[in-house]
Amino acid sequence: MQEITQALHLFQKNKSNMVTYILIKFILVLFVFLLALTVAAYSTYGERKVSALMQDRIGPDRAGPYGLLQPLADGIKMFTKEELIPTNSSKYLFVLGPSIAMLTALMAGVVIPWAGPIEAFGQQLTFQVSDINIGILYIFSVVSIGVYGIMIGGWASNNKYSLLGALRASSQMISYEIAMGLAIVALVMKSGTLSLGEIVTQQQGDWINVVYQPLGFLIFLICAFAETNRAPFDLPECETELIGGYHTEYSSMKLGLFLFAEYINMFVSSAVISALYFGGYNLPFQAALGLEGPWLAVLQFGFFFLKIVFFIFLFMWVRWTIPRFRYDQLLHLGWKILLPLAILNIIITGLVMWANGSLA
Amino acid sequence: MSYLKDKGIEVEYKEISNLNTLNLGPTHPATHGIFQNVLTMNGEIIEDSQQTIGYIHRAFEKIAERRPYNQITVLTDRMNYCSSPINNLGWHMTVEKLIGVDIPKRAQYLRVIIMELARISDHIICDSVIAVDTGALTGFTYLFQWRELIYEIYEELCGARLTTNLGRIGGLERDFTMTAWKKLDKFLKGFPAVLEEFENLVKRNRIFMDRTVKVGPISGERALEYGFTGPNLRAAGVDYDVRVALPYSSYEDFEFAIPVGENGDTYDRFMVRLEEMKESLRIIQQAKEGLPEGPFHADVPAFYLPPKEDVYNKMEALIYHFKIVMGETDVPSGTVYHSVEGGNGEVGFYLISDGGRSPYRLHLRRPCFIYYQAYPEMIKGSMLSDAILTLSSMNVIAGELDA
Repeated sequence: MQEITQALHLFQKNKSNMVTYILIKFILVLFVFLLALTVAAYSTYGERKVSALMQDRIGPDRAGPYGLLQPLADGIKMFTKEELIPTNSSKYLFVLGPSIAMLTALMAGVVIPWAGPIEAFGQQLTFQVSDINIGILYIFSVVSIGVYGIMIGGWASNNKYSLLGALRASSQMISYEIAMGLAIVALVMKSGTLSLGEIVTQQQGDWINVVYQPLGFLIFLICAFAETNRAPFDLPECETELIGGYHTEYSSMKLGLFLFAEYINMFVSSAVISALYFGGYNLPFQAALGLEGPWLAVLQFGFFFLKIVFFIFLFMWVRWTIPRFRYDQLLHLGWKILLPLAILNIIITGLVMWANGSLA
Repeated sequence: MSYLKDKGIEVEYKEISNLNTLNLGPTHPATHGIFQNVLTMNGEIIEDSQQTIGYIHRAFEKIAERRPYNQITVLTDRMNYCSSPINNLGWHMTVEKLIGVDIPKRAQYLRVIIMELARISDHIICDSVIAVDTGALTGFTYLFQWRELIYEIYEELCGARLTTNLGRIGGLERDFTMTAWKKLDKFLKGFPAVLEEFENLVKRNRIFMDRTVKVGPISGERALEYGFTGPNLRAAGVDYDVRVALPYSSYEDFEFAIPVGENGDTYDRFMVRLEEMKESLRIIQQAKEGLPEGPFHADVPAFYLPPKEDVYNKMEALIYHFKIVMGETDVPSGTVYHSVEGGNGEVGFYLISDGGRSPYRLHLRRPCFIYYQAYPEMIKGSMLSDAILTLSSMNVIAGELDA
């Protein structure tokens, strides 16, 4: 709503402003979309290289220099493979599953602020597709729709292994979303806003949020691993037990969409973690640098991107180091450890705020 | 409750079960071979299971009745193909026992080195696969590189890697070459560090311990009732090892410990194998240092192929060569049981000979066959993930199970 009113206001003022506004937003949407896809594609390459590094192997090195064209080759392979839809599956849902997974994964990137606002074309440009004032809630809702993709896909396959995978995925998502939400509640208490843009701006010239919320950050990080179905929480796709779990029956690009969605989710999670807890696009000693305008924005974007890459690397690092939980242990960790800890974190935050007198 | 019955209407009730049947195998990545488990599951908990075996039954025992003794070796290869040299040499020792040949000390020591290498390679597979089944793929690649080195040593000794057909009745077909010694040295030098690295990565990992401790346990008594042997029995706390109980091939000359577990669970089985690898390294080291000089095979011309040079130049050698190759070796009649400590447990050969070229009856004691019988009992009431870990920790190998 806010966006629309702002746009309408601009439109009344000046017609050409409106056109530039729409154009800029369009370019930004395209940019975020392409960025998410590219990063996801190169995450697959990165994952293989990182795992190769950890396992004393070489990794992909045939397609292009250092195997850099490997994601492209994979894409071509995925698209040209034969598409199989199991006879007894429910056909529409079978197609719907991966589509939802991919769609929601891409949608979540909308509220992430990529760089600080700059003045250009006679108006203030924000490098955020949409600064919704309930940005965090938006991400939560979109990500929780994402699990429907997995559930529908697993159910529609008409395969017991897929169904088990889908069941695991849904129970895992539900358990971990609560702890994740409560971890965020403490952060929201501290920041006093749900808007991602504002949370990032608040960290400007101040300590980053992880200093105030170390426990909250840890809980959020663990839950982010669970939400993205990454090891040690990769039970839904569990190679050795469920042979791929919810995507056992999928082939060709539909499988690709599932796998891709996971990487996009990883990218978005990394971006959200960096924005919420690590100052987002803010540079350290930003004021002392004396930079302004587009150059600062570019630098900010670069720094933000570095943080994201680091967290993606962390995701991979963990995946190739530690074993997987068992189903009951996973739920135990979610409900009996993370949830009480998150509540404790809220209480501590509240007490500290009360002691500070910042509790309005 | 029964509204219709109260009204006097006859109805037939059908029991509705919320149990689900899951077909684990025959081709499932976790079964490590071809055998089927039909699990009756309540959610993720296994209520009951039924096993089907025989998918790769090749009737080795029957085939052996038609084969000359030296050609049975290749059948033993294909039992536990993770440690085939142990099976090969175990079979040769059985035949040597039957025909009453004393093997030179050097050959015995060389055999010990080979068998311990095979044991290490078997344990490498089992332990790293346990790690893989818990989801930790990296440890697997650390150890598997070194299994490759063991295979290279085999290659140097006999030309083959997996199905080795190593050794001959009466000794070994050739002595260790310089390259083989060099490769062995390289292995002995590098492997302990890698083993330690693997250990550090997995052994005390909280998730790994959560996944394996008290998973798929079996008590020592129950294990003995089933006839468990080898690492799986030792994990349950029974210190039975054929190498010590009934020493063969000069095992009594070496000093080594027998690692024993407590609970007989997956973690203990993992740890017993891990420790056994270290003991095997010790044995190899001792055998290498104390290796006596002398021939690498006994003087049994009727069973041991003469050198090619002699075959071309000496009449007796040519005759023996012809007879051995055509399988016309004459073996005394008698009954022999010989067992060796295989990678997986006691590999036994019960051989009845009524003279002539081939056995009257050969029974192969295959430990996996016994372990798999205890499997339904061990997984009952556990979760699907546990069942898979239990299977991989017992190292049930389809080739040995079905034979």
